[in-house]
Amino acid sequence: MMIKSRRSFLKVAGIAAIGMGAAPVMNLAASESHGSALPKMEKNEEALHAKRWGMLIDTSKLTDEVVEAIKDACHKSHNVPDFTIEPDAEKYSGVRPVREGQEIKWIWDEHFHNAFPDKEDEFLAEKFHDLPFLVTCNHCKNPPCVQACPTQATFKREDGIVIMDYHRCIGCRFCMAACPYGSRNFNFRDPRPFIEETDPDFPTRTKGVVEKCNLCAERLAKGEQPHCVEASEGAIVVGDLEDPESEIRHLLAEHYTIRRKQSLGTEPSVYYIV
Amino acid sequence: MLEIAIQGSKKYWLWIGLLLAVMGVGAIAYVDQFLNGLVITGMSRDVSWGFYIANFTFLVGVAAGGVMVVIPFYLHDYERFHRITILGEFLAVACLIMCLLFIVVDLGQPIRMLNVLLYPTPHSMLFYDMIVLNGYLFLNIVVGWKVLEAERNQIEPVWWTKPLVYISIPFAIGIHTVTAYLYCGLPGRGFWLTAILAPRFLASAFAAGPAFLIILCYIIKKFTKFDPGWEAMQTLAKIVCYAIIANLFFFACEVFVVYYSGIPGHLSHTKYLLFGLHGHNMMVPWMWSALILMGVGAIFLLIPKLRNNHVLLPVTCAMIFFGAWIDKALGMIAGGFVPSPLHHVNEYAPTLQEGIIALGVYGAGFFVLTILYKLATTVKEEVRG
Amino acid sequence: MSKNMIMAGLVVFVLAVLSPFWLNLITSTQAAPEPELLGKAAKVKKCVLDKYEMRAEHMYLLDVWRDSVVRDAARKYTGTNGETFNMSLSTGENSCLGCHEDKAKFCDSCHDYASVSPYCWECHTNPKEIE
Repeated sequence: MMIKSRRSFLKVAGIAAIGMGAAPVMNLAASESHGSALPKMEKNEEALHAKRWGMLIDTSKLTDEVVEAIKDACHKSHNVPDFTIEPDAEKYSGVRPVREGQEIKWIWDEHFHNAFPDKEDEFLAEKFHDLPFLVTCNHCKNPPCVQACPTQATFKREDGIVIMDYHRCIGCRFCMAACPYGSRNFNFRDPRPFIEETDPDFPTRTKGVVEKCNLCAERLAKGEQPHCVEASEGAIVVGDLEDPESEIRHLLAEHYTIRRKQSLGTEPSVYYIV
Repeated sequence: MLEIAIQGSKKYWLWIGLLLAVMGVGAIAYVDQFLNGLVITGMSRDVSWGFYIANFTFLVGVAAGGVMVVIPFYLHDYERFHRITILGEFLAVACLIMCLLFIVVDLGQPIRMLNVLLYPTPHSMLFYDMIVLNGYLFLNIVVGWKVLEAERNQIEPVWWTKPLVYISIPFAIGIHTVTAYLYCGLPGRGFWLTAILAPRFLASAFAAGPAFLIILCYIIKKFTKFDPGWEAMQTLAKIVCYAIIANLFFFACEVFVVYYSGIPGHLSHTKYLLFGLHGHNMMVPWMWSALILMGVGAIFLLIPKLRNNHVLLPVTCAMIFFGAWIDKALGMIAGGFVPSPLHHVNEYAPTLQEGIIALGVYGAGFFVLTILYKLATTVKEEVRG
Repeated sequence: MSKNMIMAGLVVFVLAVLSPFWLNLITSTQAAPEPELLGKAAKVKKCVLDKYEMRAEHMYLLDVWRDSVVRDAARKYTGTNGETFNMSLSTGENSCLGCHEDKAKFCDSCHDYASVSPYCWECHTNPKEIE
């Protein structure tokens, strides 16, 4: 880790130096030669770890209230804009009218036949018609969005989370075409006027980049469970799919579960108990 | 050689001025998009690519179509294409410049564009598209320029233009194949997920490109003293005829597969295009117009008497060109994104501003084309006179 | 005739190229502002690198930090001086703005003077501004 960080530090400084002249690199090398130790970049001690993070949603425990609470908790804490609100006219002037269909959502509810279009049955059990099915990024084992991204702005972390580097995204939207689950959003505009209360613990996004669920990587790093899990009253469990002793694996062993469009071979990491 | 472009008739300058004005208006519209984001377009969460990428896809085809004059001339020594080969190459240059501009105006963060080079990603098809598009552009500029310069000096073109020409042929096939691969490698899009997509793209390209070239030949004949030659245009028309029939045949194959197999994830898109879905049928008149234009155009070219008609030929070519544009630009995007992966039907129509920006890009392309064709025709007039 | 044209063109070109210099000569020049250390930063006086290195290289450091946090999930940085920091611009006490509490006097004064506009703040928020 240490060696790698130092190398990447020098590499980036070197790339920057091509444009900026060689001075910064020289300074950096000097500072490191008289320093006693090399800089270290590590994970927080309290961080939660997994070989492959996965999610299990027990649809029988999802009521409309719980679903709203989950969506709210996720969207508020991640500064996801809400285009139904009226922007503050004092703070933001000349905000263009909202265009339909350009909304942003990280986790939301769908009807069964939309969430599982290939499982549409003519004589589907009555209760499924009205049940809310929560959908979000599936954090696929074989993510088509990662394959499509031309800059590695979307990538899969070693713990299985498919995550975005908003600094690097060029906004080509190839990932949106590639995702078979419609889980990706594009910032067609600056989202800030439409964020009612900005949460200081998470950045907003800028116009022109794609965004989606990050499985609350910022919370896992602090040893906390994702927002959706906390708000779900037990309906959502997040854990290590590769650890046979984890809670999620025990639940998967006990219940019949389904995944969205698993025939495509993307290997979604979100399971549903129906 | 470039000095030729700054000597021209009043009409020439009027046309250049008009194109500059179109580019200017497009640029103003683009600055607004640059500052405010793609909110000004009709695109949405469900239809995340629109008019820009549609035109990009189509123009890659027109650019690739240039190879239909290069192959007969350079590989088969077909002398009648001697005069128009340069026209095919320069058309490719102009189209590729438009393609690159369409990509840039489509980006959400255009200032970060070079991240594609800074973090090269070989598992992304866009990486290869970047390589082949720029490669083909470079090859056509160099070859076209060098050969024209040699013709002006009445010497043989320098020896290394030959190998570059041979390399440019697989590149032409390559640009459109890779562009098709952008679409047909995506697991969740039933409309694009078909191995015949690249061949279909090529077929429509080899129809649209030469069809446009024939129209350009008419324009050149009218406005300059250079005559591209009726025989050459007739051969081009035959190429268009074969290619458009192949394109229609491939489309028929697609329709058969989705309808006979009846798999909903594949069928629903074609159904949306041809008959509408859940009451949404914006594309229906367009698609049927495209099929009629291409079908009737094919018949006109098939019958020698109609193909040989000086008045009808440009009309036929325009029909085929426009039909292929609807089929490949509008149909490919709308069909792919509607219905969405969650089977929602949200239709797409470009906004006026999106159209103005696209027009600006076309203006830039025609500006380049005009200058290049001015050089080519003037040199050829000089040599002959 | 063409000789005069060329010379005139050259003069215009040289003037245009040197415009940053002569523009600064005729407009009033101000001295570079000192970034102000306020609140916690004034007391602690120990940053990631020492003062001059920080001035020259904070942008490279931040670039490495963001890659580390986003791509490697490593959020803790222990510098050569043995101090540990939370690799974040604005979240938490141990972040950049957690210590340098006044963004306007610390970041912006220099950036404005140097006429650079980093796009950090298009996404990252200043906790002070939110309140």
